[in-house]
Amino acid sequence: MTTPTPKRALNFGAASFVCGLVFGLGLVVAGMTDPRKVLGFLDLAGAWDPSLAFVLGGAVGFSAVAFRGVLRQARPWFSEVFRLPARTDIDSALVIGAVLFGVGWGLVGYCPGPAIVSLAWGNAEAWVLVPAMLAGAALQWWHARRRLPAQTSVRGDRESLASTES
Amino acid sequence: MLAAHPWWAALGGGILIGVAASLLLAANGRIAGVSGIAGGLVNGWWQSDPAGQQARRELPWRALFLVGLIAGGGLGAWLIGAPVVERPGASVGLLALAGVLVGYGTALGGGCTSGHGVCGLARLSRRSIVATAIFLGTALVTTYVARHVLGLAL
Repeated sequence: MTTPTPKRALNFGAASFVCGLVFGLGLVVAGMTDPRKVLGFLDLAGAWDPSLAFVLGGAVGFSAVAFRGVLRQARPWFSEVFRLPARTDIDSALVIGAVLFGVGWGLVGYCPGPAIVSLAWGNAEAWVLVPAMLAGAALQWWHARRRLPAQTSVRGDRESLASTES
Repeated sequence: MLAAHPWWAALGGGILIGVAASLLLAANGRIAGVSGIAGGLVNGWWQSDPAGQQARRELPWRALFLVGLIAGGGLGAWLIGAPVVERPGASVGLLALAGVLVGYGTALGGGCTSGHGVCGLARLSRRSIVATAIFLGTALVTTYVARHVLGLAL
């Protein structure tokens, strides 16, 4: 196991920023930061806008190929292990969570990424939506913690602990 | 604003998203799931168990990613213009409700359109395929009801 160095930590941080930058730029270029365009896709009964399908197609298409190559690496460039979700079971939390998210998304056309990105130009709707989103996430963590006091972490974090190191 | 926003801009933007996600995985070994990154930033402060300690270690890179995300938005707005969205139907109450549903739902379900919809599908994750199908289908029904049954101007 290689020792983490300050240089690697710097690279790790820089890569995080750069990836966020490219991601945010991609969302704007794709038009996904305009909730009306998103709803234009989700509204099958209206003047249908296929854009979101092209966005997902491009993103998943590229990633599907690139991920295969990346995961053949022994380890990431600036980190010890790949932190990938390891669960494969379909549980009620996944289903209910997806339904709740779908309702929220379908109502106003924002998912987390575009909402946060649109803070860059002071989108008035995002000023309400983003805090509400963060509050919702905090509420879910709090609920989970109350039900299972021994497991105090957010579901997503528990998943991300599984690694592919060998 | 890109005039009429052509399909190739949507595709190009999607590829940029794919590049970002692939780069994050290659460089840092992390999944570019915005709900997990943002949620972890909110929830990573008050957990004392080992999982919580790991969440706290993830805070710096997650913060940098989110700053980058917003910076990327600024860059995009500077390059091609930002949408000015004014919708009579998007009341504060509705936005707040939608926000809470998105925040809670993505935390409960373990991902959103980037985490499940892009990264999960790219990895052929069974959980992500199911989650994506469900939230996409639910969203389609919700938009229909909101616009055509409730008549909301969104």
